[in-house]
Amino acid sequence: MGPRTPLLARIDLKGWIFLGALAAACLIVPLLNLGLPEGSPLHLPTYLVSLFGKYLAFALLALSLDLVWGYCGILSLGHGAFFGLGGYAMGMYLMRQIGPRGVYGDPVLPDFMVFLNYKELPWYWLGFDHFGVAAVMVLAVPGLLAFVFGWLAFRSRVTGVYLSIITQAMTFALMLAFFRNDMGLGGNNGLTDFKDILGLPVQAQGVRVALFLATALALAISYLIARLMTVSAYGKILIAVRDAESRTRFLGYRPEHFKTLAFVVSAMMAGVAGALYVPQVGIINPSEFAPTNSIEAVIWVAVGGRGTLVGAALGAILVNYAKTLLTGALPDAWLFALGALFILVTLFMPKGIVGTAIERFGGRRAAAKLPPEPDIAPKLAEEGRGL
Amino acid sequence: MIRLLAFLCLLLAGPAPAQAQSPVDAAYARLASDSYADIEAGIAGLAASGDPRAGAVIAGLADGRLHYRPADKALFLREGTGLVEARTGAPASAEGLKPVRANNKVRRALEAATGTLNLTSPDLGKRREAAEAVFKARDAAALPALDAALVWETDPGIRRVLSEARAAVILGRATAPEPERLAAIQAIAGRADSDALGLLRGLAADPSEAVKAAANRGISSIETRLALIGAAQNVWYGISLGSVLLLAAIGLAITFGVMGIINMAHGEMVMLGAYTTFLVQDAIRARAPGLFEWSLAISIPAAFLVAGAVGVAIERGIIRYLYGRPLETLLATFGVSLVLQQGVRSIFGPTNREVGAPGFMTGAFDLFGMSLTWGRLWIVVFSLAVFLGLLFVLRRTSFGLKTRAVTQNRRMAAAMGIRTPWVDAMTFGLGSGIAGVAGVALSQIDNVSPNLGQGYIIDSFLVVVFGGVGNLWGTLVAALTLGVANKLFEPYFGAVLAKIGLLIFIILFIQKRPRGLFALKGRAVES
Repeated sequence: MGPRTPLLARIDLKGWIFLGALAAACLIVPLLNLGLPEGSPLHLPTYLVSLFGKYLAFALLALSLDLVWGYCGILSLGHGAFFGLGGYAMGMYLMRQIGPRGVYGDPVLPDFMVFLNYKELPWYWLGFDHFGVAAVMVLAVPGLLAFVFGWLAFRSRVTGVYLSIITQAMTFALMLAFFRNDMGLGGNNGLTDFKDILGLPVQAQGVRVALFLATALALAISYLIARLMTVSAYGKILIAVRDAESRTRFLGYRPEHFKTLAFVVSAMMAGVAGALYVPQVGIINPSEFAPTNSIEAVIWVAVGGRGTLVGAALGAILVNYAKTLLTGALPDAWLFALGALFILVTLFMPKGIVGTAIERFGGRRAAAKLPPEPDIAPKLAEEGRGL
Repeated sequence: MIRLLAFLCLLLAGPAPAQAQSPVDAAYARLASDSYADIEAGIAGLAASGDPRAGAVIAGLADGRLHYRPADKALFLREGTGLVEARTGAPASAEGLKPVRANNKVRRALEAATGTLNLTSPDLGKRREAAEAVFKARDAAALPALDAALVWETDPGIRRVLSEARAAVILGRATAPEPERLAAIQAIAGRADSDALGLLRGLAADPSEAVKAAANRGISSIETRLALIGAAQNVWYGISLGSVLLLAAIGLAITFGVMGIINMAHGEMVMLGAYTTFLVQDAIRARAPGLFEWSLAISIPAAFLVAGAVGVAIERGIIRYLYGRPLETLLATFGVSLVLQQGVRSIFGPTNREVGAPGFMTGAFDLFGMSLTWGRLWIVVFSLAVFLGLLFVLRRTSFGLKTRAVTQNRRMAAAMGIRTPWVDAMTFGLGSGIAGVAGVALSQIDNVSPNLGQGYIIDSFLVVVFGGVGNLWGTLVAALTLGVANKLFEPYFGAVLAKIGLLIFIILFIQKRPRGLFALKGRAVES
């Protein structure tokens, strides 16, 4: 395990397994794809590299969601919004990289703008021809939205179900907005037909592998950040806020500060996930903002194990792998399977795969115990609510 | 004012029948001719004359049955095998007849004349149509016919259109005397629509100052009225949208608002209700077509039972294990919604299903210049009826009492001998059943597809949260407020921006009042 610096000491067994698996994937995938000739039976086709890269991007989204849901009790049904915003920031950069190679051959304007009779780039497109600006925006835009949204909501003590519903309203509003052609972001069709990234052809085999590696790296770094946050003193208070917000407040902490920070970091991670997702699938359109997508991400976390970080990533990969298999073999069965997964996991495996495994095999190491969610029913009864 | 106008028109029309004798003679004389120009003039004259036989003669000419005797220019119509005198309709016999022929120009004149002649048709709708057509055409030749029609027309609505048409014709003639033109402007200004506006705007260059001033006054009065009507129409659209929101949300006001269950499958209950309507109509079409008018009435209890039964099954099968874990209920019911959607898609196919509208739901009517459709009106009435019915059940029945007791203090209610699990299941069934009933109404205005419910779920939650959880009146106010606000903003910002604006408004509103518009007073302490 190498020299025990404080950082590494804070990674537990499942974390090491996770990082080890990621490192192994980073070795094996390029080797099988680039190292073996195409005819070889062990050769990994490039489209599969991108597919795995997509899974890792989803894993990063799930990880970001777990940070707020698992450790802070914020069930965000709008994380797809941050994912989508990060994706659009990257998509705008990729659109500018097309340059004069579009169908209409305009040196500056992307095709859809020529089509919609734009005379010049809207102001918010300025700077997106530089990768650095785009990279900053990938973090800044979701982070800023999360900051404003979270600061407003947490300060007013909007919690639980109400928070979930307004996060859903947020992503729904964004979806409607991005569907508009006037938004200057491609409307219905979104952004697509990408050619280059950093001057290299985005379809090329080597670039695909590099994108996979970048996604794996981003996932590993995000995991480390999230792990550090949750095991630090800050993380202890975060968990306290999750379990007993009022009590934490009475002890002199400001729960809204802790929650807002977690929410912003999480949103930035989701933005990075979106930015890595877009070049690998080759398109970003407003349907990424659909509320269903965000809810689907929640089930990845639930399947893998809420409040375990590693479990969230694992859940995302497993569920999406199942989706790929099932939508290919039995397209009609996928929604049945996903629906059943939602029902069965919540009923029979509330701790998810990793949570259950820790409970069964982890013995004294089972640190990530989850209390039952705060019960609103008795509270409602106390308030004398009803008709 | 209308009476005055009618009187005025009567006065103006007075001399017309007296003079009619000679123009009628002249018209008939010109018809009996070889020259197309003469025939054309004759047709116009005849149509304008108001002569009772004009219709028959012109129809005969159009069919090529009109003949004339070159010797004395007498006109005859062939009726079957016999011959009648064109002017009187009396049977006759004659020799050496020549047909009155028609070319394209004459045929056009015939068409125009038929329009004018419809002014005297016994059919009310046809007369109204004809009067409107004359108003739009502003054909000066129609003036005598209008005057004649005004004399005997009794229907006040048609009288109005006739006098307006007459006014339009007069305004079109620069030679008409000024007082007559001023009266015409008044008549036109009374008709507050864009046609009238266009007509008055055409007078901007009129040489007479008085006419110009009157026209400007008329224009501004029409514009004010149009703005008022437009606003009223938008409010009505808003109420209509609000009633749809109310229908969609009211079941949720029970399951979410009263029971605290986040039922993401709520939209699918609405969808099941809509599909039940489709099945009921299908069965009626196949077995008893005569009952089609009653199909919606039959669908209401059917949809209630179907959706209610599914609701009870969901509650017994899933939700009862998750009480006290609201966020997990959310996930499980979302799973249920996916399964129900895919199930319906597998059975009925992904395409939209056709749900017909019974007669009383179709068509539209005018109210103070607004156009209201019967379908929307009935949906507004229906949603209010459902709301009041639900209020009655919860406030005035023993079941409602038990429901309230259980939601307010479960353990106390259980101690009093109420079977709380049973009440839970029934209450959830009630909420789901109401959603199904909403589906019957929504099947009339939305596409009946497996995705029907998804379109309503977010709106429904926002309505309930905005109105204040656990408060049915709050749901009513919230639904109508959001509906009306949406439709009032729409003309300025467009439909999508209005919707986005409302979403943002609700998000901000929740920050200000986390418990909604009508929060129930109580200790807001965390558990």
